Amino acid sequence: MKILVCISQVPDTSTKVILKDNNTAIESAGVTYIINPYDEWYGLIRAIELKESGVASEIDLVIVGYANTEPVIRKALALGGDKAIRIDADSNDPYLTAVYIADYAGSMNYDLILCGKESIDYNNGTVGSMIAELLDMDYIGFATELKTEGNTAIVKREIEGGEETDSCNFPLVISCQKGVAEARIPNMRGIMAARTRPLDIVTPAGIECVSSILSYELPPAKAGVKLVDPADMDHLVELLHSEAKVI
Amino acid sequence: MNDVENVKAIKGGEFLIRETAAESIFIPEEWDEEQLMIAETCTNFIAQQVAPNLNRIDAQEEGLMAHLMDEAGALGLLGISVPETYGGFGKDFKTSMLVTEKLGAGNSFSVAFSAHSGIGTLPILYYGNDAQKQKYIPKLASGEWKGAYCLTEPSSGSDANSGKARAKLTEDGKHYLITGQKMWITNAGFADVFTVFAKIDNDENLSAFIVEKGFEGITLNTEEHKMGIKGSSTRQVFFNDCKVPVENLLSERQNGFKIAVNILNIGRMKLGGGTVGASKEVISMAVKYANEREQFGRAISKYGAIRHKLAQQAILTYAAEAAVYRASQNMEEATELLMESGLDETKAKLKGTEQFAIEAAIIKVHASEVLDYVVDEGVQIYGGMGYSAEAPMERAYRDSRINRIFEGTNEINRMLTVDMMLKRAMKGELDLMGPAQKVAGELMSIPDFSAGGEEGLFTKEKKYIANFKKAILMVAGAAVQKLMTQLGKEQEVLMNLADMLIELYVSESLQLRVEKLVGLRGEDSCKEQLDMMRVYINDAAEKIARSGKEALNSFAEGDEKRMMMMGLKRYTKTEDVNTTQARRNIAAKLIAENKYCF
Repeated sequence: MKILVCISQVPDTSTKVILKDNNTAIESAGVTYIINPYDEWYGLIRAIELKESGVASEIDLVIVGYANTEPVIRKALALGGDKAIRIDADSNDPYLTAVYIADYAGSMNYDLILCGKESIDYNNGTVGSMIAELLDMDYIGFATELKTEGNTAIVKREIEGGEETDSCNFPLVISCQKGVAEARIPNMRGIMAARTRPLDIVTPAGIECVSSILSYELPPAKAGVKLVDPADMDHLVELLHSEAKVI
Repeated sequence: MNDVENVKAIKGGEFLIRETAAESIFIPEEWDEEQLMIAETCTNFIAQQVAPNLNRIDAQEEGLMAHLMDEAGALGLLGISVPETYGGFGKDFKTSMLVTEKLGAGNSFSVAFSAHSGIGTLPILYYGNDAQKQKYIPKLASGEWKGAYCLTEPSSGSDANSGKARAKLTEDGKHYLITGQKMWITNAGFADVFTVFAKIDNDENLSAFIVEKGFEGITLNTEEHKMGIKGSSTRQVFFNDCKVPVENLLSERQNGFKIAVNILNIGRMKLGGGTVGASKEVISMAVKYANEREQFGRAISKYGAIRHKLAQQAILTYAAEAAVYRASQNMEEATELLMESGLDETKAKLKGTEQFAIEAAIIKVHASEVLDYVVDEGVQIYGGMGYSAEAPMERAYRDSRINRIFEGTNEINRMLTVDMMLKRAMKGELDLMGPAQKVAGELMSIPDFSAGGEEGLFTKEKKYIANFKKAILMVAGAAVQKLMTQLGKEQEVLMNLADMLIELYVSESLQLRVEKLVGLRGEDSCKEQLDMMRVYINDAAEKIARSGKEALNSFAEGDEKRMMMMGLKRYTKTEDVNTTQARRNIAAKLIAENKYCF
């Protein structure tokens, strides 16, 4: 089985978001970037597990981004993966990202394409399903467990108020979330091997961007916390009724 | 002394008489992508596997520490600097220092790690023959076997060569029988391999042996009850006619003391790295707490008294780090040069390390005292919670204290610093006499008040540091002249001289680090680092003046003393610095970033 894992680069979770250029752009200076956790902890690690158990034979990683994303993709290679492909383009627009990846993956005969359920920067959560549509592949979103039986994937996914188990033949696109695998720490052998694993740079498919970002807005500052004495529940009820207006 | 020689390897101890070019030193801001990845692996390991289990570790839960060592071994962290032919990763000394630094934030775990990968592995790696290395090193590098080092005895601590443990050859000549009592043996509870020091028959010097746990005649005492690092296994190990095959003699007979000393040189430098890592972690905890804890309606990080502490913690840590990596790079370069001159890798590493034994001792003392300052103020910033075992600062405070004691007490290391410097001068390896005489000549002449050309960003600090060197050469020169052979017995003077050398080495390392950093990133991005340099050097001048004065008052007198006191004043004179504002700037950055961020 040949697997493609889609990786994106996102700001570290502790990043302070600073807007610039009249709120039309986000300041990137001083930001530390990491692999999107949903891509890393779940998609990539599950792919590595499938290879370790002999189910998968080859893992490729793909990222849409400029040269500044290379440290992140090499970190992904340190965890595992045979080679990486960097599609040399901006990845802010989910449709474009999906088109670029589908364009590359179309002729590569992947049996399974894995991605995180969303990236933690723009949180669109749509790239996986768009890749499936563009490649005319089946798609299962928000997987919490992924097993294989011969040519079939058995996938658990969250649904409203419960869980659903699907079975679907490969080729297939799956977006992953918590439960699919456990996070791992790259070991020395992987870190040293990452340097020697191929990283191909691919020119993106020529396509026009149809969306543009007009402006960003920061969420309102959090209001202060009121501490209520545990012995004074009446006061809490009063506050919830008169101030929070929730009861 | 004015020639900036940008040659590859500066000799150990030469910092006292030579200028160093900023470009020639390594600074931590130059880590490459792979090294940063390794560092991140260490940080994640501590955060995920060690930090959540500190209470269980300190309770010495059965098998837990050994399990964590196995996990570290699986990640490859136990074989960083072991050559690939013996199952390691063959990384350079700086990278292994980086690993030690990052794992230094792991409290008792870092002690187990350092003991295993340092004194537990290196004696065999550096002094073992090929068969010994083939047998033991791959298992130590993977963590399958854990290592320990048995040097100290109840009656021989700092005076290590006076140990009573004895080894005698069996009649058939196939084994040594070791008998003796070893104390404070880190990792003893779970170690598989011990490097044991004992004297064969009535030898003058120690020999070293590789002893496996399974050999007959080894008994372990119960765990010691310690002030800190409670999770680290520390026991007495008794050898009662312990039967060791003759092929397990390490290196040559009577070479044990040399092994012990050389391994300690590496250990001291590594201790510097580990304590820097611990300091950074403690500062991050302190900043977070100060930002969260409110009193009188504001976060306590808004108050100047707290800001002063946070800034001072960061200044000392940043300076200690500069010294650690400067010396690590020097050692590596010396090793490379020795290899180029035809020495094999192991011998070159040992000789390269030995060359920087002075710097290793300085770093050991300084960085361990920095950590003690950092944890002390950490407790203070936490206030009442700092004294509570419910909060992490109490453990950090207790765990820090051992660093001033093991790997040679700070007193022994201070004496060694001066002793090694003077011995090298006497052997003609280090020309202290020439520069010292030049300073003596300068003392008699009229000071030069002329403005010395255009002033650059570092002109003043470079001048101060050149003057610190003169102050030390003057006081040390006078001490040697006055006290002659008695100097070794005047321990207070040795402490004074060591303190002056420490402040000089760290000041210069910090100045060079900031100069190189400004060259890489530009002045505007290095404002806080420039502030750190100015504050540190300002304070160092006062410390050097105080130590120099104390020393001179103890042995000099009359006109000569008056002249030297004036010289000391001249050589430790600095222009006024608004250290309050500088510390505020540094603290503001820490507070905004909510962690140690330099």
